[in-house]
Amino acid sequence: MSSNSFAYNEQSGGGEAAELGQEATSTISPSGAFGLFSSDLKKNEDLKQMLESSKDSAKLDAMKRIVGMIAKGKNASELFPAVVKNVASKNIEIKKLVYVYLVRYAEEQQDLALLSISTFQRALKDPNQLIRASALRVLSSIRVPIIVPIMMLAIKEASADLSPYVRKNAAHAIQKLYSLDPEQKEMLIEVIEKLLKDKSTLVAGSVVMAFEEVCPDRIDLIHKNYRKLCNLLVDVEEWGQVVIIHMLTRYARTQFVSPWKEDDGLEDNEKNFYESDDEQKGKSDKKKPYTMDPDHRLLIRNTKPLLQSRNAAVVMAVAQLYWHISPRSEAGIISKSLVRLLRSNREVQYIVLQNIATMSIQRKGMFEPYLKSFYVRSTDPTMIKTLKLEILTNLANEANISTLLREFQTYVKSQDKQFAAATIQTIGRCATNITEVTDTCLNGLVCLLSNRDEIVVAESVVVIKKLLQMQPAQHGEIIKHMAKLLDSITVPVARASILWLIGENCERVPKIAPDVLRKMAKSFTSEDDLVKLQIVNLGAKLYLTNSKQTKLLTQYILNLGKYDQNYDIRDRTRFIRQLIVPNEKSGALSKYAKKIFLAQKPAPLLESPFKDRDHFQLGTLSHTLNIKASGYLELSNWPEVAPDPSVRNVEVIELAKEWTPAGKTKKERPAKKFYSESEDEEEDGEEEEEEVEDSSDSSTDSGGESGESGGSDEDSGEDRSEEDAPSGRQSESASEAEAESKRAAKRSLKTKRKRDSEDGKKKSEKSKDSASSSAESSSVEESSSDSESESESDSEPESRKITKVKERKPQQDRNPHTKDVCLLDLDDFNSEFTPIALPTPVLSPSLIADLEGLNLSTSSSVISVSTPVFVPTKTHVLLHRMSGKGLAAQYFFPRQPCIFGDKMVSVQITLSNTSDRKIENIHIGEKKLPVGMQMHVFNPIDSLEPEGSITVSMGIDFCDSTQTANFQLCTKNDCFNVNIQPPVGELLLPVAMSEKDFKKEQGALTGMNETSATIVAVPQNFTPSMILQKVVNVANLGAVPSGQDNIHRWLKEIVVNYVMTHFGHQKYLHTIFSVFFHG
Amino acid sequence: MIHSLFLINCSGDIFLEKHWKSVVSQSVCDYFFEAQEKAADVENVPPVISTPHHYLISIYRDKLFFVSVIQTEVPPLFVIEFLHRVADTFQDYFGECSEAAIKDNVVIVYELLEEMLDNGFPLATESNILKELIKPPTILRSVVNSITGSSNVGDTLPTGQLSNIPWRRAGVKYTNNEAYFDVVEEIDAIIDKSGSTVFAEIQGVIDACIKLSGMPDLSLSFMNPRLLDDVSFHPCIRFKRWESERVLSFIPPDGNFRLISYRVSSQNLVAIPVYVKHSISFKENSSCGRFDVTIGPKQNMGKTIEGITVTVHMPKVVLNMNLTPTQGSYTFDPVTKVLTWDVGKIAPQKLPSLKGMVNLQSGAPKPEENPSLNIQFKIQQLAISGLKVNRLDMYGEKYKPFKGVKYVTKAGKFQVRT
Repeated sequence: MSSNSFAYNEQSGGGEAAELGQEATSTISPSGAFGLFSSDLKKNEDLKQMLESSKDSAKLDAMKRIVGMIAKGKNASELFPAVVKNVASKNIEIKKLVYVYLVRYAEEQQDLALLSISTFQRALKDPNQLIRASALRVLSSIRVPIIVPIMMLAIKEASADLSPYVRKNAAHAIQKLYSLDPEQKEMLIEVIEKLLKDKSTLVAGSVVMAFEEVCPDRIDLIHKNYRKLCNLLVDVEEWGQVVIIHMLTRYARTQFVSPWKEDDGLEDNEKNFYESDDEQKGKSDKKKPYTMDPDHRLLIRNTKPLLQSRNAAVVMAVAQLYWHISPRSEAGIISKSLVRLLRSNREVQYIVLQNIATMSIQRKGMFEPYLKSFYVRSTDPTMIKTLKLEILTNLANEANISTLLREFQTYVKSQDKQFAAATIQTIGRCATNITEVTDTCLNGLVCLLSNRDEIVVAESVVVIKKLLQMQPAQHGEIIKHMAKLLDSITVPVARASILWLIGENCERVPKIAPDVLRKMAKSFTSEDDLVKLQIVNLGAKLYLTNSKQTKLLTQYILNLGKYDQNYDIRDRTRFIRQLIVPNEKSGALSKYAKKIFLAQKPAPLLESPFKDRDHFQLGTLSHTLNIKASGYLELSNWPEVAPDPSVRNVEVIELAKEWTPAGKTKKERPAKKFYSESEDEEEDGEEEEEEVEDSSDSSTDSGGESGESGGSDEDSGEDRSEEDAPSGRQSESASEAEAESKRAAKRSLKTKRKRDSEDGKKKSEKSKDSASSSAESSSVEESSSDSESESESDSEPESRKITKVKERKPQQDRNPHTKDVCLLDLDDFNSEFTPIALPTPVLSPSLIADLEGLNLSTSSSVISVSTPVFVPTKTHVLLHRMSGKGLAAQYFFPRQPCIFGDKMVSVQITLSNTSDRKIENIHIGEKKLPVGMQMHVFNPIDSLEPEGSITVSMGIDFCDSTQTANFQLCTKNDCFNVNIQPPVGELLLPVAMSEKDFKKEQGALTGMNETSATIVAVPQNFTPSMILQKVVNVANLGAVPSGQDNIHRWLKEIVVNYVMTHFGHQKYLHTIFSVFFHG
Repeated sequence: MIHSLFLINCSGDIFLEKHWKSVVSQSVCDYFFEAQEKAADVENVPPVISTPHHYLISIYRDKLFFVSVIQTEVPPLFVIEFLHRVADTFQDYFGECSEAAIKDNVVIVYELLEEMLDNGFPLATESNILKELIKPPTILRSVVNSITGSSNVGDTLPTGQLSNIPWRRAGVKYTNNEAYFDVVEEIDAIIDKSGSTVFAEIQGVIDACIKLSGMPDLSLSFMNPRLLDDVSFHPCIRFKRWESERVLSFIPPDGNFRLISYRVSSQNLVAIPVYVKHSISFKENSSCGRFDVTIGPKQNMGKTIEGITVTVHMPKVVLNMNLTPTQGSYTFDPVTKVLTWDVGKIAPQKLPSLKGMVNLQSGAPKPEENPSLNIQFKIQQLAISGLKVNRLDMYGEKYKPFKGVKYVTKAGKFQVRT
């Protein structure tokens, strides 16, 4: 410090101001209390001098002192011109401090602040991202309305910056600009929309914050990003997580139907206990009417790990999400984490306990196992104690009340009297809620009446009064006891309560009541207002029931009341006199006076003060204060009918661009169909460089597009296994492990696909997405192929369009059986799977495996390798029930690589017994196969019950031909000749490759075989996606992402292959189809 | 979100203010002072206060109030958690979070606050990132800076800010590579009058001090991971790995940090390592009472129990205490009525006890309830739950680190009712 000041002194050469400066800096540290020694004015002069010096050190010192002034709340605004000159300083620390100053004072000195703008504009173009970001921060923070257009421009530019850090700052700037000039809303929403698409975890939290502030009602902006946000959530920084979770909670409440069953409102405490461990899966199997939207499930599942966060706010956010949107039976898991937070500091405890209190009113069962965690320690602050007490009361039930009452006994004796009083109230509430212990509690409270502490006694009196009111019968003794207390007790509420009690029960204690009135009449003038009112009441009641003894006393009291200082009492006295004392003027009412005064009064309900808080979203400020805070966003009720879930579908096709440089410039037609042009345009080159940051951890990098697909770990697992796939195939001996993982991955995709087919035309879009994704995700290395076929479609201007798909062999007729295969319960999957292509399969593969195992006899043997785009549900009859004497058999092609041999096509056969007897020993008998064909039969089935059905799988090597496989299906008694002839489409396997690779492969093709089929479509449905749907229906193909609008490339691999021997080193043969649509 | 922040000391002086949006006048704090007055005790000041135009959310840390001003709906825990993070950062930078430390380093405090929040929304809260942006003050550095003119402020964006492991900075280098883990378990218990346990549970944390070069990838496994019932993780831990294998796998931050905190499942019986014999009585209608407390070891797994301290909040009517300890020393503060007995180690041959007379205010009624005893102790080399680290493996780097694990058991909120 001192060296700095010397440097400065030398520099400024001994003027008067310099002397001042020397004096100041050499004796006192710059941030210290300089102001004590010289007047503000002088000091500022000195600072100005320092700021104008050419030495950075002097400037820095000056700035540090100025910041010290700002921190203390002193006014340093007159230094503005001197400070603002330094905004372009090279020294980064000076610069930062100048920024601090500017942000603080620019609003007050708008004109001068404009001087600094050009510096920021220059800095916005700086190659250093930190400088760009901080320039944007300051520019947007200085709150000068004139520069709004400049800010807007800067935000727009920054939102397209290459650095996610700058984009994050842009998101923050949006809110600042919005608060400065709400007029800009529309433009800002555009930026928000663009930034919402950002795939960087850094940006996500900030942009959602901006969204919440600027346009929380534009829920439509979220649709497309919903799945991405869910998947990124784990990797977003913790503050962003909180904001995103709150926003998604609101979103879910508008987009999904309620997962709560009507009957499981308040009483499902027990149920939730036993069910909480249930796998999500089994549950929705049981309850047919409600099936959860897979996106809903996605959110619930992806937030669960965050319960383990170290940040209390994140845990609370997840807890409220579970509370508000998960099925009741699953919300149980949050209690453990919330209880964990109780170890934290008192402020966190306070908020968490409040929320638990609200929850425990509705769902006791959730927190009952943690009852003891809410026991009060004498060292807790009172506010924590009372909250814990509240929760203990809510949790009290028949089973635990005795333990609790023992615990309460300790509390009643507490030195903290406020807390002791609260405990007494609690006991009262327990007594009313749990009838078994009412008497015990009452006795306990009566004992407390002899307590030495007045507050305790008074509180007991009040509580006893309430209890007695509920069951007025035979408690004369207690009332007498309390009447005696009137002599000693001084707390007004308690005295008033006793008087009221005596008045109510004056007919039960006929001797005591008039005596009490006498005593009270004596002390009337010195009583509290509250007590006086009750004395008047007591007098009136006695006058009506026992006028002989009390008439004069009452009149005396009424006279006293008439001249009381308090107008309430005078008022009441007059009213009562008119009512009870009959005179000529008295109206009709006095006849009913007795009815009015001695009416049966409803017992007060002792309720939790947290009762009415449940209409606020948990974890919010409004909930804590129990007032609607400004900016609180209401949680809407569940919609009756869920809005269209397809709005959340995302065009995964976009990914392709990153892999095929050629495709980058072009857009997919189908994408345009569904999404607005502008969105497409905004997908810019940045994506490429982001992808690595996005992926959730290093391991996912292997699956190139994992970052894009949402970065969740499941995804990455899948990607990886799919990458393994081709190499496995190439090296002839695919290792078992790889195959296993491939299958797992595929299964999940496959099931998705399946459902897609059901989802009707509207979603054909989707399956196209899947097509591309699967095409990419299996991979590429294979090269040679011997045939190519092209198919063209002539698009005629008439009402029908005919697309001819020429394939390798003459087309086989497919039996158009439309009956569903019961192999997998499609309805189930419909509900359980995300109807989209890439982002995480909703269920883990292993779960699906389990499910499949349920239906398939040879559980693990029906598995697959890569990912078919679409699995037709079409089945073919193998054996009709009439000809099979009750045994019916149907087969279909699951389009999974066969595990029995990699040249085999897997076939699933569903056998069902339509007869009324058991069919025993079903097996495959004699096989009559053409040369070269092989067949792997299923294990014999011992018996099949009537009405039973079973699905088995087998593998057939068709030798790449469509020759029929004839064989016998035998039972114990009969043999039936059956045959399977494969459509050519089923002999193929889809392969993923980029367009570039595709073209390379295409060039290497040598021969061609042709197969043709006709696809019929009406013109209005003639969208590429629709055609895609039709094509995959016929053949097991994948789509290659294509740059040209109307070309789809089809890719397949022949499963079985003998031509291969000609190529020697190549194991597989590819057939590549190009389908041209002229449009 | 967070509009402004005021730091207020115990005597009610606002000694620092920082605004992230328009300036909010200091007078808003009057509402806070009002609430503080009403609450009597600092502990009882409500963390959330509603005023006509703003909401005040405050925390109390190290004798300072951090009062933040909020204008619109925000999850209160978000603010509370953030304020604590600010206090943690001060602690980290200045060694203590006190008024003096903050005043001495007001510029750094300001720079920190500027980086931590932008427009009221947290920007950088990871200590590793902050330390790259703003260097913590050291004597050496301030000397060097004043000579060379270099500054405390970094001019490039910290690498961590952009990576997906923001908690670790790049280019860490040590000559001695070390990784230490402290397994610290605390017993929370309420023991009733008769000596039986009303409530007991074990809460543990694993604090790590990692000084490893480069980008080490560590995995820590336990002999008995099933003991851990409820765990919360530092963000560096790979959740999936823990779910599937019960292994803590992570790329650690550099320096000291809390790896996990956990609760041992409540099914397990908690061993209570000490017992207390007590007889505290106040005579009716006389101004004195008796006080007799003895502490002895119980279920201590053969380890010595050290650092025992007994703290008692005596009733208000107690004027003074005349006690004789057989071991250690005691103090009684007649103003706060807190009795502290520093016992030290328990020697099994002769159990420490504290006996004597209590002087009461004459004429006042005898206290209703006996005060409860808060006990502190420490057992080295023992994790009371039986948790044991199995091994620590390092991947990704070639050198061989020095590894160490230390176990300590402490009393948490350990209360004996009398």
